[in-house]
Amino acid sequence: MEKMETVVKGKPEALCATFDRKEGSDKQTTHYCPGCGHGRVHKLIAEALSDMGLGDKTVFISPVGCSVFAYYYMNTGNVQAPHGRAPAVATGVSRANPNSIVISYQGDGDLAAIGTAEILHAANRGEHLSVFFINNAIYGMTGGQMAPTTLLGQKTQTTPRGRSAMNEGHPIRMAEIIATLEAPIYVERTSCTDTKGIMKTRKAIRKAIKLQSEKKGFTFVEILTACPTGWKKTPSDSIKWIQNELEPYFKPGVYKDVSDKAEPLHRPEMIMDSEEIFKSLGLKKGKTPSSSAAAVEEKRIKIAGFGGQGALTAGVMMATAGMNEGLNVSWIPSYGPEMRGGTANCSVIVSSKRIGNPLVRNPNILIAMNGPSLDAFENDVVQGGTIVVNSSLIERKLSRSDVKAVYVPLTDIAAKVGLKAAANSVALGVFLGLENIFSREGIYEVLKTSLKKKDALEINIKAVNAGFEFAKTL
Amino acid sequence: MENKLPAVEISLNECKGCALCIESCPQTVLSLSAPFNKLGYQYAIYAGSGCTGCDACYYACPEPGAITIIKQKKVKM
Ligand SMILES: Cc1ncc(C[n+]2csc(CCOP(=O)(O)OP(=O)(O)O)c2C)c(N)n1
Ligand code: SF4
Ligand code: SF4
Ligand code: SF4
Repeated sequence: MEKMETVVKGKPEALCATFDRKEGSDKQTTHYCPGCGHGRVHKLIAEALSDMGLGDKTVFISPVGCSVFAYYYMNTGNVQAPHGRAPAVATGVSRANPNSIVISYQGDGDLAAIGTAEILHAANRGEHLSVFFINNAIYGMTGGQMAPTTLLGQKTQTTPRGRSAMNEGHPIRMAEIIATLEAPIYVERTSCTDTKGIMKTRKAIRKAIKLQSEKKGFTFVEILTACPTGWKKTPSDSIKWIQNELEPYFKPGVYKDVSDKAEPLHRPEMIMDSEEIFKSLGLKKGKTPSSSAAAVEEKRIKIAGFGGQGALTAGVMMATAGMNEGLNVSWIPSYGPEMRGGTANCSVIVSSKRIGNPLVRNPNILIAMNGPSLDAFENDVVQGGTIVVNSSLIERKLSRSDVKAVYVPLTDIAAKVGLKAAANSVALGVFLGLENIFSREGIYEVLKTSLKKKDALEINIKAVNAGFEFAKTL
Repeated sequence: MENKLPAVEISLNECKGCALCIESCPQTVLSLSAPFNKLGYQYAIYAGSGCTGCDACYYACPEPGAITIIKQKKVKM
């Protein structure tokens, strides 16, 4: 027996019923211009996800470009990636959640200009993703500049006389390039124009998503779409322009399809067990914040010197020792382009509470290992703070009287224990002697993991001790 | 349902008047209104009969919520 049932085909459920994340009072329509291709493709992707019941398993990576706000619309997991980096972000999401459906959605500026490296390597690694490449031959969001896919002769804001091969090179055919790589299993270009073109696009999108749901590997669908605003054409003329101008150069078709032979992809299991990670790195596990008895008020430390003095390393050791003690720590380096010879400094924060901004602008402890560092940061130290001055290299005294001055000949002490370059370890010892936050043994442990040579280790331990003793005489 | 099925419904204030649905309709039963909607666009309207439920306008429309197609489907019992 048969019966008639009423079916209603409306907005797919993988699109939000109302766009609550969108700014402004209109939560019903997209921010896209009339006739824009993005909306059509969003709908096709959402329809495929809804029909296959995959919406809840999907993470949609939106790019920079007009579709930067795709997360307003997609009723899926969403991450908005920096310009061109969607395939890199997608790689991370996919590797961390191998069972999710990950979609990298990108425009031509995003994918084929600033993100060329990311897409090629994600494709080449055969990441478990579906990439939907929206080729509208222009930068829409920024107001119609030339894209890598802009046609020869096409007028844009940045090619007012038309793109010329001599000046800007030829338009790049991404589908063809991706298809030359070994790993991708399915690469097709479609044209989102008339009903026939839209249906081919629909089929390609569904195929890419289905292959991903079968864990088969990397799929890439390039879709020619309209940007009526950037092209300064009506929506209807834009569709004709795609058919008459874009399609002859960017020929729709399947460029690679080995999907029927593709086996489900199984990457090696990730090690998520911290014991095992510590073991394989040869590290000892530190205390957890909860198991640590220490209550340390936030110490904001800046260590500065010239490149090669080891200011950055001293900071790493300080932070690592703190971490092993079960404290919260942060470390951020800052150096000029000249790694050696230039100035370098780092911000270290040690605290039993959670750390907010890891950048130390106003330290309560400054370790100045050379003159320029003292000149640069003396005035930043908070009132009542401490400044450790490497008196071997800095002749002047502090110009402030509202801070505690500690003059230590760091370099001379280091030379005395046998290695001038160990001045940073002396500085660590001085710090421990002054602050008493964690034990010297903690620093020895850290030194042991970073210094493999026995004599270097011994000298640095001596240097720490010498600095510590010096501080205790103050 | 008072209207004859299949039918197309266009959500007045979700339409941006791009006319792509109108061009896609093989039955030419869609057209553009004379008045403007809240967004400031002339909007697509359905003639009220003649729709075959082919879905062409649904897929042509870039506004995800603007077009809804209602039709009857045979189901085996
Ligand atoms: C790092 C960085 N560089 C440049 C920009 C400026 N920018 C924003 S969108 C865009 C290009 C967008 O073009 P496309 O990827 O084709 O997307 P469409 O807007 O056409 O959809 C550029 C260059 C930026 N936001 N960030
Ligand atoms: S500028 Fe172009 S790509 Fe951007 S929303 Fe408008 S039509 Fe779409
Ligand atoms: S469903 Fe088909 S026949 Fe009906 S209005 Fe849309 S395009 Fe025309
Ligand atoms: S395609 Fe959609 S937005 Fe464009 S006129 Fe038709 S209903 Fe309106």
